[in-house]
Amino acid sequence: MKDGYELVYKRPATLLDARMHYCPGCFHSTMHKIIMEVVEEMGIEEDTIGVSPVGCSVFAYNYMDIDFQQAAHGRACAVATGIKRSLPDKFVFTYQGDGDLAAIGTAETIHSCNRGENFTIFFINNAIYGMTGGQMAPTTLEGQKTSTSPYGRDIKNVGHPLRMAEMVSQLPGVAYCERLVLNTPANVRKAKKSIKKAFEIQKQGLGMTFLEVVSNCPSGWKCSPVESLDFVGEDMLKYYPLGVKKDVTANSN
Amino acid sequence: MSKKEIAFMKGNEALAEAALRAGMTGYYGYPITPQSEIMEYLTRQAPEYPNVTILQAESEVASVNMLYGAGGAGGRVMTSSSSPGYSLMQEGVSYIACAEIPSVFVNVQRGGPGLGTIQPSQGDYFQAVKGGGHGDYRVIVFAPNSVQEMVDHTILAFDLADKWRNPALILTDGAIGQMMEKIELPEHYKFRSTEDMRAEKPWATNGRKDGRKKNLLTSLNIKSEDMERKNHELQAKYAKICDEEVRYESYHLDDADIIISAYGLSSRICKKVVDIGREQGMKVGLLRPITLWPFPSKKIDELAKKENVKLFMSIEMSVGQMVEDVKLVVNGRKPVHHYGKTGGIIFTAEDVLNQIKAKI
Amino acid sequence: MAAKGFVEISVEGCKGCGLCVHHCPVKCLSLKMDDTNSFGLHYAYLSNEETCIGCANCAVICPDAAITVYRQSKAV
Repeated sequence: MKDGYELVYKRPATLLDARMHYCPGCFHSTMHKIIMEVVEEMGIEEDTIGVSPVGCSVFAYNYMDIDFQQAAHGRACAVATGIKRSLPDKFVFTYQGDGDLAAIGTAETIHSCNRGENFTIFFINNAIYGMTGGQMAPTTLEGQKTSTSPYGRDIKNVGHPLRMAEMVSQLPGVAYCERLVLNTPANVRKAKKSIKKAFEIQKQGLGMTFLEVVSNCPSGWKCSPVESLDFVGEDMLKYYPLGVKKDVTANSN
Repeated sequence: MSKKEIAFMKGNEALAEAALRAGMTGYYGYPITPQSEIMEYLTRQAPEYPNVTILQAESEVASVNMLYGAGGAGGRVMTSSSSPGYSLMQEGVSYIACAEIPSVFVNVQRGGPGLGTIQPSQGDYFQAVKGGGHGDYRVIVFAPNSVQEMVDHTILAFDLADKWRNPALILTDGAIGQMMEKIELPEHYKFRSTEDMRAEKPWATNGRKDGRKKNLLTSLNIKSEDMERKNHELQAKYAKICDEEVRYESYHLDDADIIISAYGLSSRICKKVVDIGREQGMKVGLLRPITLWPFPSKKIDELAKKENVKLFMSIEMSVGQMVEDVKLVVNGRKPVHHYGKTGGIIFTAEDVLNQIKAKI
Repeated sequence: MAAKGFVEISVEGCKGCGLCVHHCPVKCLSLKMDDTNSFGLHYAYLSNEETCIGCANCAVICPDAAITVYRQSKAV
């Protein structure tokens, strides 16, 4: 280091020194990074168990230096229920994409939220199936073109994009629910605070903590990473408004 | 010596009680006839077992994946269902087999295919012993034929699941699940603390501690070489299980020239068939597989080699499933026949004896 | 005058997505268009050392945690 300078940011040690398989500019990587930053800052590396889904983030376990289980498609919430019920003092989280959480795994999502399971769901909503090559997701926007909606999503045929944060925030078992985005440094810093808050609520055993992250998919959307910021900021956020949807700690703060 | 505790219990409830005594830490299930008494009994007993999770899940699909999570976290875990529900679990069983998570399954069979009937059946033999889900894997399968064995096999299933890091299945049926018999219950296993479980299962995902490296439980082996290596490891384990864990009962086999093979409920009827046949001067014997996988192939081979043995007869409450495994071992050396009924219709000893006489 | 901050960017860790370049408030970062790393990607680098303020925006937005940031120590 140069004399007269101090370190202000470095890669967290809990993020393993492995090159992530995600495409350039993918927010999955950003999300992995900030979850590990929070885990490191809270000093809970030895007390945290993650559950990875099926989808692009199936390999999340390759990058996070914590215990991990890899779940069947859509079943991360059931797996996390089993882990948390066995180890109530540990921090448990699922990391799931839109296909996993909001299509094939909808029942597990709703019921684990409704039971008020004390784990955290990180829901990465990028409105597309990334791993399988860009097919339509339950959260694909109306008119959005994907490989299985080549003329744009037709809501008369396939229905409307699901607003999961709004849905689960209605359930009494949910303690904290917020929709975040990672498109600017300010929003990334904000997301980190929300992740920390979710883990703290989990520690208090107040119920489910659900963070939906409006994300991108430059490869699936067929645009550059910088161009994907426009689609996130202009189109996605219009349909998926940011903000805290529910916070049972709000009055006590 | 353990104290004897005598009880008069229904098969499903005896199984549930045995699970609690075997130190089960988690039960995850979904109601389905004819096995709902298992979860009903467990939820009634729950206040006595504050450290045991007993959870009614939203589906069999969720149940099996809760088992994956809880078993992976180091617990002794069980789920129970009946035929259509166990079908729903098959994806999860495959994942659990590959990730090598100890877990106990119970299938109180009813008639199928489809929604079928709620009457007893043995139509899920193929599903139980040939995999059921996708990929090259095996499940240790017990076939109790009495309420006492519902107890004994459940305890054994927990222990063998842990010993081999493998799913174990109790394959029973609606009749044994519903019938009441006098049983002897074992004492409770010693309570295992979180630290005990950590020591017993160093592979479990219970938080990396004291400098241990992270643990990972997955069934994903994306590189072909890794997948094949994993398959070789699993097959080596299965070969050992075949060497060490085959269990069967012989009933008048020594001088028998007619060999009946039957398991579970059918084997109770077939014992009667042997008794009546012997009274009539027929040299009938029964081979009862207690483990359906691993299958008692060596014993069948031994019998097939005997000159005096005239024929094999597989008696099942199905259109003929186990008979295929008997045929595989006998391999044309002797005739192998099947007789069975389906849909919950149970044959009598006389029915079976007449069928045998017709084949001689 | 010395710059308020500086960054170190891992050439091999960078995927050339350009998000850091896009979000740098003082435009001191660029993609190296005449060179690639071993993955064939144009990596980001500190192209204008004088203007870096060590705000860490680039590191915060960098998906791959490829950037380390230093800031001038405050005079004691």
